[in-house]
Amino acid sequence: MDTATISRRGLLKGGGALVVSFSFSGPASRALAQTGEIPRPFTAENPALGTFVPEPGDYLDPRELDSWLAIMEDGGVTVFTGKVDITGTRTALAQIVAEELDVTFDSVTMVMGETARTVDQGRTVGSRTIPGAGKQLRQAAAAARQELLSLAAGRLEAPVRGLIVTDGLISVTDDSAKSVSYGELIGGRRFDVTITATGYQRNLEVAPEVQPKSYRDYKIVGTSVPRVDLPAKFTGEYTYTPDVRVPDMLHGRPVRPHTAVAEPSSVDESSIAHIPGVVKIVREGSFVGVVAETEWAAIQAARDLKVTWSTPQTQMPADRLEVDRYLDETQPVRERTRPENRGNVAVAFSEAPKTLAAVYHWPFQNHGMMNPSCAVADVRGDEATIWTPAQGPFTTRDRVATMMNVPRKNVDVRYVEASGTYGRLTADDAAEDAVLLSRATGRPVRVQWMRDDEQVWDPKGGQHLTRVRAAIDAEGNVTAWDYEDRSMPWTESQGMPQLAERQIGIEPTHFGNANGTGGAGTIYGFENLNVESKTIPWIFAEPMPLRTAALRSPGEPPRVFASESFMDELAAELLEDPVRFRLKYLAHDQRISDAVRAVAEKAGWVERPSPLPNSSERILRGRGVAVDQRGGSIPAAVAEVEVDRTTGRVAVSRVTMAFDCGLIINPDGVRSQIEGNIIQGVSRTLLEEVQFDASGVKSVDWMSYPVLRFRDIPEVEIVLINRPEMPAYGAAETPIVVVPAAIANAVFDATGVRYREIPLTPERILAGLHTRPVNA
Amino acid sequence: MARFSLTVNGRTRVVDVDPATPLLYVLRNDLELKGPRFGCGLAQCGACSVIMDGDAIRSCITPVNVAQNRSVTTLEGLGSVNEPHELQAAFIQEQAAQCGYCMNGMIINAKVLLENNPDPSDDDIKQALDPILCRCGSHLRVIRAIKLAAANNRATA
Repeated sequence: MDTATISRRGLLKGGGALVVSFSFSGPASRALAQTGEIPRPFTAENPALGTFVPEPGDYLDPRELDSWLAIMEDGGVTVFTGKVDITGTRTALAQIVAEELDVTFDSVTMVMGETARTVDQGRTVGSRTIPGAGKQLRQAAAAARQELLSLAAGRLEAPVRGLIVTDGLISVTDDSAKSVSYGELIGGRRFDVTITATGYQRNLEVAPEVQPKSYRDYKIVGTSVPRVDLPAKFTGEYTYTPDVRVPDMLHGRPVRPHTAVAEPSSVDESSIAHIPGVVKIVREGSFVGVVAETEWAAIQAARDLKVTWSTPQTQMPADRLEVDRYLDETQPVRERTRPENRGNVAVAFSEAPKTLAAVYHWPFQNHGMMNPSCAVADVRGDEATIWTPAQGPFTTRDRVATMMNVPRKNVDVRYVEASGTYGRLTADDAAEDAVLLSRATGRPVRVQWMRDDEQVWDPKGGQHLTRVRAAIDAEGNVTAWDYEDRSMPWTESQGMPQLAERQIGIEPTHFGNANGTGGAGTIYGFENLNVESKTIPWIFAEPMPLRTAALRSPGEPPRVFASESFMDELAAELLEDPVRFRLKYLAHDQRISDAVRAVAEKAGWVERPSPLPNSSERILRGRGVAVDQRGGSIPAAVAEVEVDRTTGRVAVSRVTMAFDCGLIINPDGVRSQIEGNIIQGVSRTLLEEVQFDASGVKSVDWMSYPVLRFRDIPEVEIVLINRPEMPAYGAAETPIVVVPAAIANAVFDATGVRYREIPLTPERILAGLHTRPVNA
Repeated sequence: MARFSLTVNGRTRVVDVDPATPLLYVLRNDLELKGPRFGCGLAQCGACSVIMDGDAIRSCITPVNVAQNRSVTTLEGLGSVNEPHELQAAFIQEQAAQCGYCMNGMIINAKVLLENNPDPSDDDIKQALDPILCRCGSHLRVIRAIKLAAANNRATA
């Protein structure tokens, strides 16, 4: 079949399989874009970008019901979403749509993250897919169901109120012989119906006038439907981005130093002349890359190419201390205060008989994707097709359009899943590399970063310096809380030029988004509260490897490490049990209090102050608690640790978590997310710190950037708190935020030493233990 | 370039490649297999694991000429979605993955483990799979899946 002649309309007639099948056919399938069907431009207000008026063809119009879903001739439902699949949302979103449409789960197929075929619902970030896009799809499905009922009423000559729907079959309530299926009503054809839609991306409000189902009638939502993607992932049949093959495709690799990138002063082409199959050495600005006929030739060429880099203007910091000093002494570009701030902290401190203060330190950390960045680009003249695992396919489209200086509609980005990203692929570096290499060779190019590319150039989770102090009155009550977090913004924010762009001369126009403000003790009902997040500028003359992006629950593991460690310090100072102490300041919040009580009960928490009495045992055992609230979701954790006094090694033996994310769409999916968050959280707390010095990044592989392995995996206990009457909140990254503090608090309980610097390496633990000798 | 005869998943295939090419790229690019995955190219993560003459090896650092005249099994060689191997069935049962990218290494190494130890303890599994990295944190489910597969094997043996 000649895909060039296929329009969206034609595709529907072809049935669901064609619409959703992954195409290897390359640029010809670019015609899958909305041929002849240009949506009406609409104006939308985006708080971040101002009023946005898309050009014709830039976006599918969310006011067209057909932009959201299609009923196939066989009754199957194809759902189009701008979100991408991150560990299970393909399944959970399909559950939401199947539930609302009253069709079987198996009849729903998701098309995700294709710029030409889906509505831009914002990037897949911030645990917002279920609460945001889930709601948008639910409303679109409810509107579709209403339309289908209306069509059926005409066909069956019965009033809508006299109809019922079961698995996509509409019947007359008192005459079940009279029925018509969704497929018979509209299968293979467009609805051609306009619905209400206002706003943009995550703030898009879809068909708010349509009343969705009551949770009391849910049959599919709330059940552990198995993931649709997993079987093929266990058999090698699943297509990840690195498996994408396009006819005539070449293999490319970027060549970058492990430090700031200056112009290459020389590129010695003869250094790789001996490697057969090298097609081209590509130079553009300070970008250098190689393209070859085979992947192995590209790998060798990138490895062996002799590039002499001129001295960069940007000096890497010598160490973590230097970055801390910089964070401390540099004027912020942005100061954010929390809406919860209240009272008069300065007065409260001046009047307090007792105050307590501490400073906490968090290092640069890597996302550490299992699959280093990968993408395929096919640039033909002023058009491009890109296959990428980006968390923001529309962002990639906009960035590439800027790079190529072409209209957005000329760039067709198709999401294909790769390994877990945890925020890393908010910056789609490999796609930009592939665009430069494809443009230079006139052929499609697949770029697969090597492990050192990924470890060194990963846009990292930023370093944090956090100060907390509290005022305590004569009765031992905390009367004021004063919290300041200093960190760098995301240099690779939406709207910012990324690595390859900067190398070809596209300059940043702003400082980048702040690394969040949440998780700083704002859950507690202190009378006087001041919480500030200070964003310290972090844009350099050249791109440099300590660049930054969102890392799983942006900024919150560091900020909650500080706030929940400090809560523990206060409880210890006041000789109170850490759980009881927290509950005292949570009385105003039933849900958070419930989560704390649930985790304490499940963990078998016995009330007593921390730390345990000093012990001469070699293995010191302790427990710690931490709780937070983020975007409506509440994680509460109890960690149990064993600290080896002789080696300094910390083992986390068990983590118990109570988790409340409102309505649970898929309980097993949420459990899986919690388990993963806990394990990754233990890894970040005990092991992870990007090593660097003035000459560059030294964490280049899994030996120099170790992560948690099987032998150190803790037991995990989970309490799910389902609140079906509430909205569904996110679960993808919320559980991790309390893990570091719970562990640090458990180490304090065990050892009596307060550790305020992550990771809790044996060296740090031993150094701390020396401050508290056994016989002290 | 040189010609090599490889026996992969029971089929003999001839490829014409640079003898130094790591087996991984031959399997993925010349034989178009998707089970073995690139993760590091340094034998540090296990995503590229395949079974060669009964042992789990890292195909990312194994030159293709080493595989000549040996029997190579990839994830595809164990089973398919329609006819999954008992390990694959157990992984589905336990929903033992998040992104799934590391699962090739998990299942290939579990297969070799169960052949040598049909009734592994948690510690046996942790020890055998310790070199295989998973970043999403599916470890506990992987352990459960391997134990389930082992139990099912013993029940039907």
